[in-house]
Amino acid sequence: MNRNLRIALLVAAIAAGTGTLAAQSLDSGLRGPTPLNDEGPASPMTPTRNTAEREVRNYPEQPPVIPHSIDGYQIDLQTNKCLSCHARARTGESQAPMVSITHFMDRDGQFLASVSPRRFFCTECHVPQSVTNPPVSNDFVDIDTMLSRAAPGGRR
Amino acid sequence: MSVETQTARPSFWQRAWRFAVELWGVLTRPSTVFALGTLVLSGFAAGIIFWGGFNTALELTNTEKFCTSCHEMRDNVFAELKATIHFTNRSGVRATCPDCHVPHDWTDKIARKMQASKEVWGHLFGFIDTREKFADKRLELALHEWARFKANDSLECRNCHSAESMDITKQSPRAAVAHERFLFNGEKTCIDCHKGIAHHLPDMRGVPGWQ
Repeated sequence: MNRNLRIALLVAAIAAGTGTLAAQSLDSGLRGPTPLNDEGPASPMTPTRNTAEREVRNYPEQPPVIPHSIDGYQIDLQTNKCLSCHARARTGESQAPMVSITHFMDRDGQFLASVSPRRFFCTECHVPQSVTNPPVSNDFVDIDTMLSRAAPGGRR
Repeated sequence: MSVETQTARPSFWQRAWRFAVELWGVLTRPSTVFALGTLVLSGFAAGIIFWGGFNTALELTNTEKFCTSCHEMRDNVFAELKATIHFTNRSGVRATCPDCHVPHDWTDKIARKMQASKEVWGHLFGFIDTREKFADKRLELALHEWARFKANDSLECRNCHSAESMDITKQSPRAAVAHERFLFNGEKTCIDCHKGIAHHLPDMRGVPGWQ
């Protein structure tokens, strides 16, 4: 009897628990009110930033972001559309920044005559930017700001 | 008549020659049965039917439906086109195969159509009937098209994209600069920079301006 009562209480507790969980609405800033097991509506696509003006890097090693649209650019075994402007020999005509010399290095640090295969696929690191308000703000502080904070009024 | 002449049947070429001579005789002799008006009017009607029929048939071969009725086109180049701006875009205006690949001017169109008989030959004998064969031949085919566009100053591009109507203030700064420096002074033509905008590119090693 005692055992049956315990089981009944356990069942009741589980039922009550799941009931409250199901009743809870999860309203997160990113997901919206969509329940976790549902897929919400896709947010509209935003246009690509296409000013062709160079953007400041957030930190020295950041791969520079692409300040123009790259829709339909083919980068595969056959060819690399990016290099038809950014290759060393093409920059005179295109006035585009040349691929960094570090991209000519193989993994042993030896410089090759052209872009190293491991650096060939540009969009692995370099990406175009959308014109949009980020849903999550970023509190990243770059090193210059950090240093000037450490010494207020001091030169960086 | 001797036995020899009865049994010795004239050869095919002899008979063909005799027929041709007889036909020439009929064609050059004035008609004794039909009135001149009948002949002129029936000739006129036949002209309309044949010329109209010819042009209708020509236009039938100038449609995307016709081009993509062969799997070589449907599975390779047409499939690739679908992802590009010439197939799907914000305004819904789109280019079909002949808009870019067949000259719109009549004589040039006939010339291109005659060249295209090689493509029918290629289809019948399976020059590019697998993806691998197509990939192997792709550079050669692309070089033909680039040479054609280069020779006619990208005429098929300019049928829609006229340099005179181009408002570079509405373009991205990058495009505006490039068009001002190379297009408007005639230094380059569309295809020089805009290769691979509607189909995938072949192996571009050795093509000027590419890596």
